[in-house]
Amino acid sequence: MAKLTLADLRKMREEKQKALDMRDASNKDVQVIVGMGTCGIAAGAKETFTSLIDTLTQKGLTNVLVRQTGCMGLCHSEPTVEVVAPGMPTVIYGHVDAATAKDIVEKHIVGHELIEGKILDKPSVDIVKNA
Amino acid sequence: MAYESYVLVCGGTACCSGGGDKIVEAFARELESAGLKEKVQVVTTGCLGFCEQGPIVKILPQGTFYVQVREDDVKEIVAEHLVKGRVVQRLCYDPEQAKKLVAEANIPFYQKQYRIVLRNCGVIDPEKIEDYIARDGYKAIEKVLFEMTPEQVVEEMLKSGLRGRGGAGFPTGMKWKFAQQQPKGQKYMVCNADEGDPGAYMDRSTLEGDPHSILEAMTIAGYAIGASKGFIYIRAEYPLAIHRLQVAIGQARELGLLGDDILGSGFSFDIELRFGAGAFVCGEETALLQSIEGNRGMPKPRPPFPAVKGLWGRPTVINNVETLANIPVIINKGAEWFSKIGTATTKGTKVFALTGKVNNSGLIEVPMGTTLREIIFDIGGGIRGGHQFKAAQTGGPSGGIIPPQFLDTPIDYESLAKIGSIMGSGGLIVMDETDCVVDIAKFYLDFTVDESCGKCAPCRIGGRKLLNYLKKITDGRGTEQDIKDMEAICDAMNKASLCGLGQTASNPVRSTLRYFMDEYMEHIKDKKCRSGKCSKLIQYKIDPAKCKGCTMCARKCPAGAISGTVKNPHVIDPAKCVKCGACEATCKFGAISHG
Repeated sequence: MAKLTLADLRKMREEKQKALDMRDASNKDVQVIVGMGTCGIAAGAKETFTSLIDTLTQKGLTNVLVRQTGCMGLCHSEPTVEVVAPGMPTVIYGHVDAATAKDIVEKHIVGHELIEGKILDKPSVDIVKNA
Repeated sequence: MAYESYVLVCGGTACCSGGGDKIVEAFARELESAGLKEKVQVVTTGCLGFCEQGPIVKILPQGTFYVQVREDDVKEIVAEHLVKGRVVQRLCYDPEQAKKLVAEANIPFYQKQYRIVLRNCGVIDPEKIEDYIARDGYKAIEKVLFEMTPEQVVEEMLKSGLRGRGGAGFPTGMKWKFAQQQPKGQKYMVCNADEGDPGAYMDRSTLEGDPHSILEAMTIAGYAIGASKGFIYIRAEYPLAIHRLQVAIGQARELGLLGDDILGSGFSFDIELRFGAGAFVCGEETALLQSIEGNRGMPKPRPPFPAVKGLWGRPTVINNVETLANIPVIINKGAEWFSKIGTATTKGTKVFALTGKVNNSGLIEVPMGTTLREIIFDIGGGIRGGHQFKAAQTGGPSGGIIPPQFLDTPIDYESLAKIGSIMGSGGLIVMDETDCVVDIAKFYLDFTVDESCGKCAPCRIGGRKLLNYLKKITDGRGTEQDIKDMEAICDAMNKASLCGLGQTASNPVRSTLRYFMDEYMEHIKDKKCRSGKCSKLIQYKIDPAKCKGCTMCARKCPAGAISGTVKNPHVIDPAKCVKCGACEATCKFGAISHG
């Protein structure tokens, strides 16, 4: 990639802001975000991540974007996975092992139902949205 | 088929015992009879927090939050909320706000956290610079490079009131100003990512979750003080943080956000990583600089301060990870915005790694001035297993132990110092009545003795002596004179040690002596440890009235300390007993106890 000028940077920010707000041009309308800090990985987030990708591939679902992120702060319930899907409330699941990851795809994303016993609520709402 | 609404019922221990399981059944029943079974899904969740107001029920997608829900209330929630779409106001936490169909953001409990440093952690993909840019990343650098002079940047930092988050709380703007005022020439910007307190992982998580914020902040600092080169000193034990920093540096260089002529502004700045081998003393700034230079990490007397004579004798600013993570936000939102958060002397927020005997351990960020009670009981969900809160430890091996009477102290640098602890880097370890304070003091001393570099005598010898006294007391050989001697050593270490490590190493001892003298005295006079942690003070006994002489304990004892004949009461020989507890665990008649 070429070096950015000031104008390039601003343009890039605007474009990417939209992408992050789920209006991705690549037709991915569901986001699955896996917490992959050291705490998450130590608790098995890599297996969770692999299981998500495998199940999605098996089902032939191409509208789901699986992303990684850092620690969400819920270290007591790692691995944690946030699911953002249209028509569904955004939820964070805790203690997501490979089997629960499969459930997330099959039940939450395909079946539009929440998964019993695994939901963690957000402990705080990010008040400084764009800080 | 898709559900239209979701009912979340808290399945945490506290809510369940308050009737949470019956509520789930009631919802299933009521939804069935209202014909909504296909439209509403009922799920139990993990603990939603806010346990003292349980059982909690939350309705999505509206986010209505019902508290103290009883089985009888379910019918009304279904009939009113789910059928007619009207909020049941009497069950809302705050009926005033219920009128607006409360989302959790309106409930004070959820507002206790305020994320500035952790703004992107758990939100963006740390390995994608685009994600960071989309969340206003590198916007502060635009502003600084094109709209502000270095003097204005320093002025903004001074005005914000930001103080170093490494522990000592020195005003960041002052540090920058000293370095800026030095004659032009090679200067350096260093990020201290040598996080070493036991139980602390704030900086690691920040670097893993949002590495670009540190790169941006260092570039801003470099511009302000006139440095063209930065180093991040990070421990080799943090491989994931190192990897993400390397990825981030690569991306920033490729886009020209690091390197020569950043964004065409004419300002050049680049960053390199330096790995520490895990020596605790290298978190001390002069020792850290020695280590970067390739020397053995040992502190040097100050002055001269690093801002005057630092790395290779050149002016150097050293800021901690958390301090730096605040900077892009301060530039974007302004010093005035930042200075409104926090207390009179301490602005902004603090990230804590909340660990120990709390229900919800994790990484939290709260405004300065939040009380320990709010952190431990509201955010942390209280003490695990229904135990009692005994003390909290802040500041790691340099910090102190805070007893229950100070739970309502608003946290800032000054208030914590006043009660004998320190802010430190942000480790917060919660203890219950099963923890022994003498044992805790011993643990920290053991750590600092291990990590002392040995350069100055007060720390090297004093630490060792203190540890020996603590061992003596926990072994049941302590005397009252030992306490007096320990107090004298603490004083000497505090006054005469060369660096912060030695000056503060005695804090865990001082604060436990101050608040828990009765427990020290129990160890010394009664030879007792009320928590049962100090194994040498435990005595196992067999109650002859209950012992049936089954010989089970004698066969289990690994030390051969139990003797006796079949069908006759057995006896434990205290001299041979290793206090493993195997006999107590195996006795079917409850004849063996310890105290």
